[in-house]
Amino acid sequence: MPRTLLIALAATLFASSALAQETPTPGGRADLVVQPEPPGLMLGLLTNAPVQLVAGQIYEGLLRYDENLQPLPSLAREWDVSEDGLTYTFRLQEGVTWHDGEPFTSADVLFSANDFLVETQSRHRNTMARVESVEAPDEHSVIFRLKEPFEPLIRSFAFWVMPMVPRHVYEGTDYATNPANDRPIGTGPFKFDNWNRGSSIRLVKNEDYYIEGKPYLDELFYHVIPDGASRAVAYETGEVDILPGGSVENFDVPRLSALDNTCVSDKGREFDSPLSWIWINNRTPPMDDVRFRQAIMYAMDRQFALDVLWNGLGKVATGPIAGTTPFHSEVEPQYPHDPDRARALLDEMGYDGTPLRLLPLPYGETWQRWAEAVRQNLQEVGIPVEIEASDVAGWNQRVSNWDYDLAFTFLFQNADPALGVERNYISSQIQQGNPWNNVEGYSNPRVDELFAEAATAFPAERRQALYDEVQAIVQEEVPVAWLLDLGFPTIYNCQFQDIITTANGLNDSMRDAWIRQ
Amino acid sequence: MLRFVLARLVKAVIILLCITIFNFFLIHAAPGDPAAVMAGEAGDADEAYLQQLRERFGLDKPLPVQLLVYLSHIATLDLGYSYRQGLPVAQLIWDRLPATLLLSGTAFAISLVLGVMAGALAASRQGRISDSLISAFALLFYATPLFWLALMAVVLFSVQLGWLPGFGYESVGSGYTGLARVADIARHLVLPATTLGLFFMAVYVRITRASMLEVGRQDFVRTARAKGLRPGVIQRRHVLRNAILPVVTLAGVQAGQLVGGAVLIETVFAWPGIGRLMFEALSQRDYNLLLGVFVVSSAMVLLFNLITDVLYRIVDPRIRVS
Repeated sequence: MPRTLLIALAATLFASSALAQETPTPGGRADLVVQPEPPGLMLGLLTNAPVQLVAGQIYEGLLRYDENLQPLPSLAREWDVSEDGLTYTFRLQEGVTWHDGEPFTSADVLFSANDFLVETQSRHRNTMARVESVEAPDEHSVIFRLKEPFEPLIRSFAFWVMPMVPRHVYEGTDYATNPANDRPIGTGPFKFDNWNRGSSIRLVKNEDYYIEGKPYLDELFYHVIPDGASRAVAYETGEVDILPGGSVENFDVPRLSALDNTCVSDKGREFDSPLSWIWINNRTPPMDDVRFRQAIMYAMDRQFALDVLWNGLGKVATGPIAGTTPFHSEVEPQYPHDPDRARALLDEMGYDGTPLRLLPLPYGETWQRWAEAVRQNLQEVGIPVEIEASDVAGWNQRVSNWDYDLAFTFLFQNADPALGVERNYISSQIQQGNPWNNVEGYSNPRVDELFAEAATAFPAERRQALYDEVQAIVQEEVPVAWLLDLGFPTIYNCQFQDIITTANGLNDSMRDAWIRQ
Repeated sequence: MLRFVLARLVKAVIILLCITIFNFFLIHAAPGDPAAVMAGEAGDADEAYLQQLRERFGLDKPLPVQLLVYLSHIATLDLGYSYRQGLPVAQLIWDRLPATLLLSGTAFAISLVLGVMAGALAASRQGRISDSLISAFALLFYATPLFWLALMAVVLFSVQLGWLPGFGYESVGSGYTGLARVADIARHLVLPATTLGLFFMAVYVRITRASMLEVGRQDFVRTARAKGLRPGVIQRRHVLRNAILPVVTLAGVQAGQLVGGAVLIETVFAWPGIGRLMFEALSQRDYNLLLGVFVVSSAMVLLFNLITDVLYRIVDPRIRVS
């Protein structure tokens, strides 16, 4: 890791601990960057990253999560899971109101879980397929009864996974065209105020927030700045205070981190745990040979990518489950950079030098450079590679239609292997037209069984044993070439305190943020 | 004149229709569609969700049917809804139009006025050092990639000197009103408009200079000199006026592109204009929005072509007579 970044991270940690006991000061505004501009802010309809960043201050879920993904109170103040893992009981906060003044009650939870999100979100539909019923014995209690144990459910109540939407606004309307989508109404610490499209979004303090004294900040401004270099300049000139992870190109991170009064944090991505890999099209030769896929793993210098392209932030991936996701195990075989071993495997299988097409991820310069580095690695062991660049829509189509040999990607783990990992490896997820499922076409009946069993096993210890076995199989068969557990550092003015207090980072932490005078 | 304008307007409508149909098929020929992009952004979409989106947007219908639906909307001046932003296309374009017209218009004025003045000066001092210097500077600005010029302007005037804001249309959250707001917008306008203006200025310098030198060699100029007119008067009244036609042509073409011609500058300076809207619509395959921007910018080109032709007839009486 570059020295400047290490110093910045260390200084940030020191500053955080030294100030831990300080009393927060109310007032002030925070200027953040949001990129790209969100298409809308109704979190029940849209859940992509920029929407989460802004709308996460407007909408809330029943729970928040700490950096170890343990649940914290949010709209639910208490919860209980029955011993058989079939009943989840929540006691809701009292005195919570929507931004239009209406009270928030268990009826809103029922509406959100049973009606709204089932219609709008495929992720939620899959979760609710495991739920027998959702009941509201009184205004401040909700019970989820399951058909069978589903331990990941406890990590399904985050603000963006199951956001609470107001029943009195949406019931009986066309959700997609409801006028409230333009002026979102949530229960969160900040209220929507104004959106100058193409320029900025303004949120203001919710004076009626149910936690006394919070939020501390008066206003949040999210600036839309489409060019990466301009975003870096906006921070340098003090026009923005906080650059969320991924706002600037990686090569700008060390320079910005070294600026006066600048702090850096790699926390707050534990819920997502972005893991990068290269899809390998398992359907066609030579990629259908496990030795070829292993050779790709040995050929790649992933430490180089981590040190040079990612400034040492993140870690080399050790398998299909990211290091910060529950049930991760580091199992053998691991794949250090070993070109000789790669060449030996290629010789053993009789690889004839068929050239491969590599699709970089069209997300900026870092990914383009990474593709070039991988091409060089593969060419060193005798695999000719042609890079075929495209834009986001083109990449989506190529990958969805399995029209590629190798393709860069990164996906979120969504806090549990059953929610964010198994979809990439099980046979039932081999469905053309979707870029986020088992695109590589890997199929192993034992892996299918293990993932299915692990999702419903209870308690967590039983799940761990099953995931250990599945990790060992997949690690051996290399359906995809894992690259890095990605680190997306947040760069910010050190006067800002407590901007990342949960596993979802800036997305749901701004209620705790304050400015040190 | 009225008959001429009416005939041109009818032609313009037919051309606009052809352009729209051509653009419609061109856009749909690009790989991917808005449903796939939006499903991709959702991160966890399945086939049912994709189908849901396609049905909502009417993308499940055959392409000719989609075209007919689109044209029927256009006929009633309805540009449709943006798939991704869920807002009427006309509203999105209308919201961005003032910023773009302000930026492109200012840059256009800078490039035209400075370009013609510098070109005329260079022509009158042909072969001297000032002629070479003007040509060299103009070419330098034109040859430097626009985004680089823009970034360097930001680094110098915004980061190093701190004189001017480096991005945006106005100071966000400042609460300025009235003249204070106008002054604030003007400060934000200086860097992008000047950068864009200097970039385009070179073309006017070159064309004005070349055209004036050519006209300057003609007989009627020699006659004017023989009559004893002062050189300044000859240059202004006789040479420049006759040399201005190519400049008017070029200005007409550039003015037509005011709406969509500043994508790079709008991106670097985070200027909330149409150019960026168009670029984002393209990358997200937001068909309706993209087509809407194309329709508006094509209409602008046709309109300015018409204005150019009318101007020709005013500037040069020979055309009017013929």
